[in-house]
Amino acid sequence: MAAELEFERPIHELEKKIAELKSFMEEKDIDLTDEIQRLEEKLSRLENSTYSEMKPWDRVQIARHAERPTTLDYISYLFTDFIELHGDRLFGDDEAIVGGVAFYKNLPVTVIGHQRGKDTKENLRRNFGMPHPEGYRKALRLMKQAEKFNRPIICFIDTKGAYPGKAAEERGQSEAIARNLVEMAGLTVPVICIVIGEGGSGGALALGVGNYVHMLENSTYSVISPEGAAAILWKDASLAKKAAESMRITAPDLKELGIIDEIIEEVKGGAHKDPKRQAEEIDSVLESSLNNLLSMSQDELIEQRYEKYKKIGQFGFVNDSIVVK
Amino acid sequence: MIKGLFVKKKKYATIPTGKVKQDVPEGIMSKCPECKHIMVTKELKKNLLVCQGCQYHYSMSSQERIASLIDEGTFTEYDADMISKNPLDFPDYLEKLESDRKKTKINEAVVTGEGKINGLDVTLAVMDSRFRMGSMGSVVGEKITRAIEKAIENKNPFIIFTASGGARMQEGVLSLMQMAKTSVALKKLSDKGLLFISIMTHPTTGGVSASFASVGDYNFAEPKALIGFAGRRIIEQTIRQELPDDFQTAEFLLKHGQLDGVIHRSDMKKTLGTLLKIHSEGRR
Repeated sequence: MAAELEFERPIHELEKKIAELKSFMEEKDIDLTDEIQRLEEKLSRLENSTYSEMKPWDRVQIARHAERPTTLDYISYLFTDFIELHGDRLFGDDEAIVGGVAFYKNLPVTVIGHQRGKDTKENLRRNFGMPHPEGYRKALRLMKQAEKFNRPIICFIDTKGAYPGKAAEERGQSEAIARNLVEMAGLTVPVICIVIGEGGSGGALALGVGNYVHMLENSTYSVISPEGAAAILWKDASLAKKAAESMRITAPDLKELGIIDEIIEEVKGGAHKDPKRQAEEIDSVLESSLNNLLSMSQDELIEQRYEKYKKIGQFGFVNDSIVVK
Repeated sequence: MIKGLFVKKKKYATIPTGKVKQDVPEGIMSKCPECKHIMVTKELKKNLLVCQGCQYHYSMSSQERIASLIDEGTFTEYDADMISKNPLDFPDYLEKLESDRKKTKINEAVVTGEGKINGLDVTLAVMDSRFRMGSMGSVVGEKITRAIEKAIENKNPFIIFTASGGARMQEGVLSLMQMAKTSVALKKLSDKGLLFISIMTHPTTGGVSASFASVGDYNFAEPKALIGFAGRRIIEQTIRQELPDDFQTAEFLLKHGQLDGVIHRSDMKKTLGTLLKIHSEGRR
């Protein structure tokens, strides 16, 4: 276990106690079955209450878990014959975004996603999943290729955000993100976006203009990290927990705000507890989403995307007490 | 010609220019914050709020901007009465909006509408950095999207003057999504073969820089305008080195191939007029 999550500590303590009793029972040959059973029931109740009442900050912890499955993990479970394609043809290859072609149940598709590492070495190579402009331009190149050959596009979103660096600014971070937003709007093939971890700001959105946008239950999607929000709003990054609550960044929040389509249920305790089963949950939503979109014409796909984003927002009028949604 | 625009305020029915007097430098004389050059305030206004000493471009209100560009008496505003809600129930947000409304005499951080430049029709959006730092929430996104839709409907060129600190924190992810919303509208505009010109003014950063501001058929900026995605301080903390003085200025972007040009305010109307003429001659 890499990192113990704060809100899971009582569960882990109870698990430890049960394990101790079990080994004690074996060693000393004393019957503690009743006691163990009682504790196991208690554990099950505790698990249920902990995981059914998760606070935003708990979800942030799970979304950032070092062992949380990444884009490449899901690709290995959901697709066959994946061939990774590199480079933006302009500057370089950004390993913070991966993409390529594959089969999804005999259907040729293009898959693209942010890619973070699971250890320091890989994180350095992947820049912690924070892309430079060439990452977004590679993604767009692959999307345009998918459009040319009439392949649906599946995007996995998992980034803290676009990389805030000097070189990124020099090479046009803003333009690269903006260009993706505009071009994704006009793609003539189905686009399905799934937030699998952190959906950090413009860097996430640059892979996020789709016909459907789904979120894993414990993923987040936000305009700024909770730490960043706390620093701006209260000049104190340590108030991140409070910011996570007020910024409404969890999947249920986004569903309620009318931004995402479906919440993909996670295995108890988070996707990292059982990546294979998590992939199966994604699989069923992906399949039904694709089936819906494959029957639509090119114009219908573009129009559906237009209407979807057009209606996001809440506003009113000066002399009007009625909210126009 | 430009002189007249500021004096004859009565002709502007929808944008009250009367307030200009209270906003820009008080008193008879004004001191340039850059070079400390002292000018008669009246002269400064005649000079489109550009310092005669060092060419420093003062921030312009949306009303002043429109007056400096749009042919007298031709501007019609859209959605002037649209106002923000408080979708995340953020403390103090409504009070801050109210105070900015009083201060600026506009209801949100962008003014949209249509008018003529040198006799040619345009649809226009002008952001106003005095209102919540020009930040983009639901209303800014909606007004810009509606303006783009009007441009499509009227087959007009669309021109935007950006001035924004980025997304509006208080509306959270709803403000992030306005980047996507305005982009899907711009794609439609582009697919109709219509012209889109973006002029970035000080400052154009964050979510606004990373959406409509950067995807014009022409991208221009005013001299010395701050333009960038990430904040300077955050970048310095990330890369642990000091950034050059001109980092994220209009001139820096021009040098790195991100802009078509940097345009002095006194040449703005002329340049836009010429571009519009080139496009109107070539119209299918």
